[in-house]
Amino acid sequence: MSTIGYDSWAVDLAEVGAVYPFQGSEGLMVVLGVAFWIGWHRIQFVREGAHLDKAKEMGDKEKISALLEKY
Amino acid sequence: MDGNLNALTTVFTEFYYWVTVVFMFLIHVGFCMYEVGASRHRNHMHTLMKNIMIIPLVTVTFFFFGWWIYWSFPNFPFFGGLNHDAGAANLPWSENMGTNLSDRITGVFWAAFLLFSWTAASIVSGAVIERIRSSALWVHAVMIGSVFWIIDAAWGWHAEGWMVKYLGYHDAYASGVIHAIAGGYALGVIMVLGPRLGKFAADGTPRDIPPHNPWMLTIGIFLIYSGFWGFYAACNIPAISPEGIGGLLTGETWTATNIYLAPTSLSAITFNFLMSLSGGLMAAYVVSKGDAFWTFSGGLAGIITASAGNDLYHPIQAMLVGAVGVVIVYKLHYWVERTFKIDDAVGAVAVHGYSGIVGLIIAGFLLWGAPSSPYEGYATVNPVGQTIGAVIMFFVLGFLPAFVISKMQAAAGVLRIPLEVELQGLDYAEHHAYEDAKAEIIAADKAALNGGTVPAE
Repeated sequence: MSTIGYDSWAVDLAEVGAVYPFQGSEGLMVVLGVAFWIGWHRIQFVREGAHLDKAKEMGDKEKISALLEKY
Repeated sequence: MDGNLNALTTVFTEFYYWVTVVFMFLIHVGFCMYEVGASRHRNHMHTLMKNIMIIPLVTVTFFFFGWWIYWSFPNFPFFGGLNHDAGAANLPWSENMGTNLSDRITGVFWAAFLLFSWTAASIVSGAVIERIRSSALWVHAVMIGSVFWIIDAAWGWHAEGWMVKYLGYHDAYASGVIHAIAGGYALGVIMVLGPRLGKFAADGTPRDIPPHNPWMLTIGIFLIYSGFWGFYAACNIPAISPEGIGGLLTGETWTATNIYLAPTSLSAITFNFLMSLSGGLMAAYVVSKGDAFWTFSGGLAGIITASAGNDLYHPIQAMLVGAVGVVIVYKLHYWVERTFKIDDAVGAVAVHGYSGIVGLIIAGFLLWGAPSSPYEGYATVNPVGQTIGAVIMFFVLGFLPAFVISKMQAAAGVLRIPLEVELQGLDYAEHHAYEDAKAEIIAADKAALNGGTVPAE
């Protein structure tokens, strides 16, 4: 048994198509992939919001002024 | 070259490898930029020179004996003797190793492997910046670049290698044969070399030593990505017939193959390169909480983790493998740093070594039962063979020789630079003429500015 559907290369390549593992599970893989992508946005939105909320309280006029001068 | 088709295939193959070699040069440019960006001002020239001189030293030694090792060692020493016939054609005095109109492939194929050798040595070079003697590093560069990595390539990255035959070892784009071994080798050196001054507080807490130039690091790693494209292409045989392979394949359909002569395509590895890069970048951004350098390195770690099976994975599998690998590697890096007080200056052990190990083991599960070779009688891919392979790459051929050689260098007092030099900076110590000349001309200019002597025109 092989995850790619072939346990030997004793084949005619003219008759071979997909050779990736777990053929037939493409739908599930897309679901997992999309969940990873959407999950990434969710985590990033939440973290950036929390970071900006914290950052806006950290302002020190002198330091900000120095940063403005630094350009 | 009999017949137009044969001539065209030969010249195409020759040109194909030549292009990959030029692309792969960017990996070395990227490593140089990354190392210089990560080092402090007082060590720039030394850091750069240390990496640049890897090029000639590994090149000449790879010509003298590295290439011969690849062809002679596939079954040596445990599963047969040296392959004298194949080895003889690749000795430095062989007619094949020169301008020869009946062999248009050996030169470009040798060069493709050579560029992998530079990469292996350059990975080690990054981990040891700012405190190793160049002389010590250059010995290590030759050992990893022209001896140990090419032994592992003969064993596990050759159509007749014993690891492929008996373990079903599968490592199409070198998770193990380049990255795990180089990461293991780097760990062996830095365990003996010790951390940079100030890396750890008195209570053992690690300190961050920030790079002096983040832009150099960024461009450096992007160049490494670019060169990695060439590396991937160089790992393939671009076009070959079933008859040319001479294995179990039937029919007349030509194909690209991996290094084991098993079918794949450039299209497959292009999908998977980009998706594993993306999975690595996304996961590294999350796990490092947006740290720029870990995110960029995570892209590389994602590709490296998926590389063992990127000839066969589905693109979404490549993405997820890259992502999972990066999370493991990131956690492992900081655990090792805290626990063993290891100063891996550029994260080389983690990004290359741990990613390589994780990638090999994951491939054992995802490709379980897949043929490792187009020839009869070879073991199929399996998790046990991949895990044993990872141990051979990281520990047996990487960590162990590096540790022993470094211990010998330390005992002889030729491994680490003196404390005084580490403090004042390697550039001043080794390039004092440049520093003195600079100081003198600045003083002269200032004197002129203040109304003193005006230099003669």
